[in-house]
Amino acid sequence: SSASLQILASMPSRTIGRNLGAIISQYCNRTAQLRRRSIRPPLQQLCRMARPSLRQYNLETDSSRATLEEKRRLLVMELLSLSPSQCSHMLLTMPISLAEKRILRQQVSGQRAPLRQRARHWNPFSLCGWSKVCVVLVSTEAVRAPVQAAAPLLSSFSSPQGCRGLWYRLLSLLRTAQPWHYALKQIGGRFGSSVLSYFLFLKILLMLNFFSFFILLAFVVVPQAVYPPASASPQPFTGLELLTGAGCFTHSVLYYGYYSNVTLNDPCTSSPQGSVCPLEAPLLPYNLPLAYLFSVGVSFLVTCILLVYSVSRSFRRSVGSSPGDLAIKVFCAWDFKVIQRSSVKLQCENICTELKELLVEQRSRSRSQSRCQCLGHCIVVLLAWALALGAALGCVLAVHYFSQHMHMVKDSGRWQQEAILLVLPLVVSLFNALMPHLYNLLAMWEKQDSPVTQVYVAVFRNLILKMMVLILLCYQWLSRSVTCSTEECWETCVGQDLYRFMVMDFIFTLLDTLFGELIWRLILEKRLKTKQRPEFDIARNVLELIYGQTLTWLGVLFAPLLPAVQMLKLLLLFYIKKTSLMRNCQSPSKPWQASRMNTLFVTLLCFPSFLCAAAFLSYTIWSVQPSETCGPFHGLETIYQSGKSWVLVLEKSSPNITWFASVYQYLLENTCLLFFMSTALIVMIYLNIQVVTGRRRVICLLQEQIAKEGEDKAFLIQKLHSVYEQGHR
Amino acid sequence: AYKRFSELLPKEERENAFSARVPKSQILTLPELRANPFQHRICRVFSTSETRDDSMSFEDFLDMLSVFSDSATLDIKSHYAFRIFDFDDDGTLDREDLEQLVNCLTGQGEESQLSSAEMEQLIHNILEESDIDKDGTINLAEFQHVVSRSPDFARCAGLPR
Repeated sequence: SSASLQILASMPSRTIGRNLGAIISQYCNRTAQLRRRSIRPPLQQLCRMARPSLRQYNLETDSSRATLEEKRRLLVMELLSLSPSQCSHMLLTMPISLAEKRILRQQVSGQRAPLRQRARHWNPFSLCGWSKVCVVLVSTEAVRAPVQAAAPLLSSFSSPQGCRGLWYRLLSLLRTAQPWHYALKQIGGRFGSSVLSYFLFLKILLMLNFFSFFILLAFVVVPQAVYPPASASPQPFTGLELLTGAGCFTHSVLYYGYYSNVTLNDPCTSSPQGSVCPLEAPLLPYNLPLAYLFSVGVSFLVTCILLVYSVSRSFRRSVGSSPGDLAIKVFCAWDFKVIQRSSVKLQCENICTELKELLVEQRSRSRSQSRCQCLGHCIVVLLAWALALGAALGCVLAVHYFSQHMHMVKDSGRWQQEAILLVLPLVVSLFNALMPHLYNLLAMWEKQDSPVTQVYVAVFRNLILKMMVLILLCYQWLSRSVTCSTEECWETCVGQDLYRFMVMDFIFTLLDTLFGELIWRLILEKRLKTKQRPEFDIARNVLELIYGQTLTWLGVLFAPLLPAVQMLKLLLLFYIKKTSLMRNCQSPSKPWQASRMNTLFVTLLCFPSFLCAAAFLSYTIWSVQPSETCGPFHGLETIYQSGKSWVLVLEKSSPNITWFASVYQYLLENTCLLFFMSTALIVMIYLNIQVVTGRRRVICLLQEQIAKEGEDKAFLIQKLHSVYEQGHR
Repeated sequence: AYKRFSELLPKEERENAFSARVPKSQILTLPELRANPFQHRICRVFSTSETRDDSMSFEDFLDMLSVFSDSATLDIKSHYAFRIFDFDDDGTLDREDLEQLVNCLTGQGEESQLSSAEMEQLIHNILEESDIDKDGTINLAEFQHVVSRSPDFARCAGLPR
């Protein structure tokens, strides 16, 4: 009947979205909880969001009785009890209109300073008051660029809180001064969050490289450049050096071999042999080998910390969402960042396809697959994996035999020598470029059920290939059985090799962009006359970035300026990829969960890539003998020994800091500590898992309770309806 | 924001921009709203005009920008998203609301709409997954619960400003 329908329509659960009073009382409750500082409120005091539960009848904050003014007064009282920053944060998070927030803020600040003489009368319609409130409320709600436009207009009305307004303007400037701010918004607007994630990943890598580069520059490169060692006469510069890294670059700050193993600026070394060291105070002696070792160590540590932090942050954001939820897909599918008409249309089509696919998948899942089909599918999957791994192994063996063959062929001319150096990187990059297409073919034959699994499988296959090739190359470099076997300064040789690999990788990425995107688009348009454009393959591009970064990390010890080269490469890559994307590509048609993929990529960067590089570095520092004639560690047994001997020297010179030496000894050389730390880590993980399980159980119980309450509600409404009917008859 | 807003007004009213109201047709010419399938709902939700003609004052305009900005909290975004998706303004998302929502998402073309059987299946699944109190509709609390589990919502529900 209409009466009961009216009652239904005015239930708190339905009106809370629009009723200002309901929102105010809800936030009043939340503020009260904040004040009482209960992190996990007891179950009886859960804030009444949407259920008219009769058990929690609290007379003070009874939302059905109080008028709007009373509720506002209550909220203002609660807000006053919070600190000013908490108060503004609470106001920011309230989903009410700006006018209402202004009134509340007025009341709160009015009551906070009742004795302060008001110089100006508060007239909400004056431009002055407007500007102050707008600048405060709006710019903290981060409408950044428009505030910049509005700020000059409003700045003519200088308010007494002028410095506050200045601070907000500075904040907004800072936000827009982030590098590539406009470019990223442009890309996101046209292609959506998925393609944007590639460019954000590039930005993260640039930041990581910048830190490493800065540390190495400040502590290693600049001191050595200021005190250059006596070296052989420099060779003339030909253009080929940029490609091969050899020639006149060999004896430059770029490589390990340039660095001397003496203490720079030490007056003792400049005195003739055999005489007593002058007893004047040393003018800042700088122990270069130690600085070299520690800078590399510190840059790796900083990188590790930043990586672990971003992995945990993105993991926290993306965990807990199950992939197949249709409700989430429907409610969260629309990407408001996309504004171009054609992209909007494309997005609609994508969503439609995605929904249809999910529905089909659900229907087929409910239909049980026959045994035969299951078995057949399993066999196909196993075969595909066997083929993929076999292909990777084949590539690795090919690279191995090729490099062996290469170094047996010793040609005479200088040109040929240089050219030979480039062939191995060429071959490796060729494999890296062609194998993903083979894997795509395999995936098409395999026909996985869900497209997300397809993406994961493709990513892992490519990753396995790249890692296997890199491990082979590392082994070759360290054992020096094939490469750099004749060189005296093998570290410089390895550094040069890595430089060549990086340059070749960059060239191949350029070629891939050129052929894969530009020329393919021209072919599609002119020859095949379709409107389709090539897609931007996010997974493949991100893996290429990870590969390049792994090469940089591997080579930091041997070529301290390699992060600078990588930074330059990333900068150029950004602009080239962006231009190519805008001109040639269309939005991806496959469904893409941006945050999940982000987590995956950062995890891949951290775990296989960084871990392997760190392992390689540790092994080199701990166990490999440095070359006899060049570099900061020549003459020592291992690189690590320089650190050890320094600690011994320190211990001898000042007996007060023996504790430092013993700490060093116990921390770094004792394995008990490692064992203890890993046990503690495992215990923490186990505890967290148990807490999560317990919480899940509570969630289940609460959901059951809510369902029961819903049944109660339906029952009561029916009863009401029947009573009403009986009364009418 | 003030500049953008005053551009939408005709020349003679620009001095009074703080108190003027911009008609809906002008608002819809903004590039961010032009192609958005939810444009009418957005205007309806943010407009505070008494005559229900969906015109927006400067305050409403600022409201809209602040909700869609990148630093609005998930609470605020989900609150307003719920109101935008609630096509019949009754405070809950019932079957008709969901159907209209899906039709908006998949576009207006004939071939991109779901068939009625698919729509039935989809709505049934959505209600099964998100309706906790089993009353056949999704209220604000249930909507916010669903959305809080998706990490992509906060990223996507923001206009590029």
